[in-house]
Amino acid sequence: MKSQAVDHLALLPLYAAAGTAVLALLVDLFLARRAAVVAVTLFGTAATAAGALIAGAGDGTFCTTGGCSWTPTWPAAVTAALFAALTAGVLGLSIPTLRLGAAPAGEFCFLLACSMTGGVTVAYAGDLLTLVVGLETLTLPLYILVGLRRYAPTDRPSIRPAEASLTFYLISVVSTAIALLGMALIYAATGAVHLNLLAPAPAPFTALGGVGASLLVIGLAFKVAAVPLHAWAPTTYDGAPIPIAAYLSTASKLGGVLALAAVVAHLDTGAVLSALAVLTMTVGNLAALRQTRMVRLLAWSSIAQAGYILAALALGAPGVPAALAYAVFFVILEFVAFSVVAALRPAKRVAREAVALAASVPADTDGGILDDYRGLAHQHRWVGAAMILALSGLAGLPPGLAGLFAKVTVVGTLVARGWTWLAVIVVVNAVIALAYYVRVAALLYTRPSTPGIPIINPALLHEITHPRFPVPRPVTVTLLIASAFAILLGFAPQLLFNAFS
Amino acid sequence: MYRDYLEPAWGLPQVLLLALLAVPLLGAAVVALLPAARDRQARLVATGFATVTFLLALAPAFGFRDQIFGWFDYGDGSTVPLFPWVEVDLEWVPALGLDLHLGVDGISYPLIVLTGLLTALCCAYTVKKVPDGGAGRALAALLLVLEFGVLGTFLALDLLLFFLFFEVVLLPMYAVIAGWGGPARRAAARKFVLYTLAGSVLLLLGILTVVTRSGTGDLVALTGAPLIGRDVQCAAFALLAVAFAIKAPLWPLHTWLPDAHTEAPTVGSVLLAGVMLKMGTYGLIRVGVGVAPLGAAWAAPVLGVLAVVAIIAGALICLRQTDLKRLIAYSSVGHMGFVLLGIATLSVTGLQAALLGNIAHGLITGLLFFLAGTIKDRTGTGSLNQLSGLRETAPRLAGLFGFAAIASLGLPGLAGFWGEAFAVIAAVQRGGPLWLTLAVVAAVGGALTAAYFLRLLRRLTHGLPTPEIRAMPSGITGVEWLAWAPLVLLTLAVGVVPALITGATLQPLTTLLGVDW
Repeated sequence: MKSQAVDHLALLPLYAAAGTAVLALLVDLFLARRAAVVAVTLFGTAATAAGALIAGAGDGTFCTTGGCSWTPTWPAAVTAALFAALTAGVLGLSIPTLRLGAAPAGEFCFLLACSMTGGVTVAYAGDLLTLVVGLETLTLPLYILVGLRRYAPTDRPSIRPAEASLTFYLISVVSTAIALLGMALIYAATGAVHLNLLAPAPAPFTALGGVGASLLVIGLAFKVAAVPLHAWAPTTYDGAPIPIAAYLSTASKLGGVLALAAVVAHLDTGAVLSALAVLTMTVGNLAALRQTRMVRLLAWSSIAQAGYILAALALGAPGVPAALAYAVFFVILEFVAFSVVAALRPAKRVAREAVALAASVPADTDGGILDDYRGLAHQHRWVGAAMILALSGLAGLPPGLAGLFAKVTVVGTLVARGWTWLAVIVVVNAVIALAYYVRVAALLYTRPSTPGIPIINPALLHEITHPRFPVPRPVTVTLLIASAFAILLGFAPQLLFNAFS
Repeated sequence: MYRDYLEPAWGLPQVLLLALLAVPLLGAAVVALLPAARDRQARLVATGFATVTFLLALAPAFGFRDQIFGWFDYGDGSTVPLFPWVEVDLEWVPALGLDLHLGVDGISYPLIVLTGLLTALCCAYTVKKVPDGGAGRALAALLLVLEFGVLGTFLALDLLLFFLFFEVVLLPMYAVIAGWGGPARRAAARKFVLYTLAGSVLLLLGILTVVTRSGTGDLVALTGAPLIGRDVQCAAFALLAVAFAIKAPLWPLHTWLPDAHTEAPTVGSVLLAGVMLKMGTYGLIRVGVGVAPLGAAWAAPVLGVLAVVAIIAGALICLRQTDLKRLIAYSSVGHMGFVLLGIATLSVTGLQAALLGNIAHGLITGLLFFLAGTIKDRTGTGSLNQLSGLRETAPRLAGLFGFAAIASLGLPGLAGFWGEAFAVIAAVQRGGPLWLTLAVVAAVGGALTAAYFLRLLRRLTHGLPTPEIRAMPSGITGVEWLAWAPLVLLTLAVGVVPALITGATLQPLTTLLGVDW
């Protein structure tokens, strides 16, 4: 028996990602300096992205007859680079928290890099097993990251992070089990695990293969928080630190979308997916309308956005490029939105509010309620502008051109393939969604309400009661880079379409 | 096709055309970035940018046209394609079939000039008077962004580009209403933005239907050429017509308009009525009729009936209206009804009437909103119950208001007359019991228009002055004269020489309708 030839160049991004994780751990062990660990991890993410783009597309490796387990294509390279970029971004948003010692830097960076390794694997996966291993590697570190929070002796510990972590863990395990069962049934019916060999099962196993495909899709739908498998998302996002919520809503969701895209391109799951899509976008948007907490609102909006992606995926293979393009546009805009939340809610502000609320009220989570954001754009003009960019993009309107092109891509693909009814539901949802996006955007620019008693100098009073908290520099840099990406893709979306065509 | 043999020309006309879009956008950025201490200077800078844009908008008529080769005989009976005077065609997003294809022709040129003019006047107006709410320079920057979007919509010769620009105006207008509007501004702004987005998503569906079926989004290729079948045309036209009917607005989809107008600041109302409603009617002509002429023919009776209902409903509501700005807003519904009636006849006369009506409404209603806004600002009320006897204390203002109201009711010799009269004539020419009835009812609606404007004048300008009117400052400042005089003069000019507007529309309209010469 001949051993498989391994193309190490094609595995470069995976080596870089896994190396980053190991390096972060070693640096923490031997240098024990926070700055060094963070620097090494950032360097590792850059190396991973560069590795993915340099290796580019090529022949697969780990091949047996008919299929390869590692398939370097341009969509894979671009999404792997995106995973690396999101990891770097989340690390950038976390630096202020790490400086405060609210989480151990070494473990944090290691876990984040592990998650990135999983993301890279998902991007390149050529068979179902690699795919599920990648997805689990992507998700597993997040169970810990969601709940990883050290409390100072003066802090009043909250159980919210632990609650979030446990919810996420339980739901995720169940979903993985369902996905694995689906894979097993598909394997039983068709004998195939390689993605390019997947096909509807021949008689007499057609029904078995269909059930397997449906179970697999449902299992993966948990990962993208599709309704009715979404209930974990708002709780988990809200309990997690903001950067980790950003990671869950971007990288983790992107992983789920990639996995779904890989599966639906070869199996006929249109019925299940279109039902999930309709439910997901409608319920997500309607629930988002009623939210009063910022992170929960973003969580529900991110559920709704997943619905648009699922709508494109319901088309099967023809919808995959549109779904991937939408996912990338969405992920970048969503990341900008979470970065703005991180910028406007520095640890100092949160700590101050906790003091003001006193011990009788349970300590609020990091995102705060919507009213905490009132008028903040007047204090931070550029951060406000970034939020307008992100929210308008998520609503699919200029100036968020990236989001507009994303919507046009999905709706155009649906119309072109004759799924006009689904396109109609997508655009109706876009209208509903605008209602809460403009509410948040307008709130940022609302003038503060005047106190009921006469005040000689209301402006002075407002300054005293609403002190200006500077945005931490790493967060500013992250926000700048993410916004620059969003603007660039808004004006040159063709770059992305070229990669995915 | 003949056009394929043309070398893509690059010269001064193309540069000026791109500058027409670039200048307002650049201006908005510059104005927004100026510091708060320079608020007044920022508004002056905005006015400067808007003026340059206006001059650029005038340019295409003065020799900066591409050479037009004259008519070609195709010999196969097909119609002459659209010949924009100036044209720029750049690739942008090939994956979506989106080109940066811009052009000016006889249909869009008057609207482009109107947009340039009204924005410049509005910017000049903000130099003197910033409504309460936010910084003046932010308002001026938003006005320039609005101008960018509206100009882009009128210039776009690519369907997706048209859609993109159509969307550009949505959020800035929301911000103008929500930031600088009256007491109930939030609800009005939200209603406006959700309503119009509902319209524009239908537009997206319609446009994508056309683009996917015909394989191109190029309006020059699509106009007058039967690239898509009748059934698809009907479906596409239905979507497009509803989308544009919301924007125009056509009864019964007009309910966002009165609230938005009542709450918007003066400059917002002027731009909303003056140019943004025209995006709906222009879109219906350029995209709706141009791309789906068979669909338009299929839907024309429904459109005609709704247009006439709008005329009558608008007039009846105005007869009972006691709020000044609301009354003018509802009068827009009636005027747009005449425009849509003209479009519904699908004849050259009707479409010319619609284009004339568009411009006339932009000039006259723009002026009316300026005047109504001034009266409301000075007296602090817009209720007709508290306003009367304006001519006793402010004769000049009352005179101007009287002029605008009489122009709006369609006195021959002023701009408002031609559009309404020819819409009715076009309906008569169309013949048949339905169109004759529509013409008669529309004419009755015209009479009702006169009735409510005269009622308005009687209540507002005549009678004994109320305390609010007595207390108001009566003079007209220099900036106000500057903002209003061009509108007054153009109302007269268009009234006397309507060919100013319709002169160059015959060829593009015949292409659009696909009629034989």
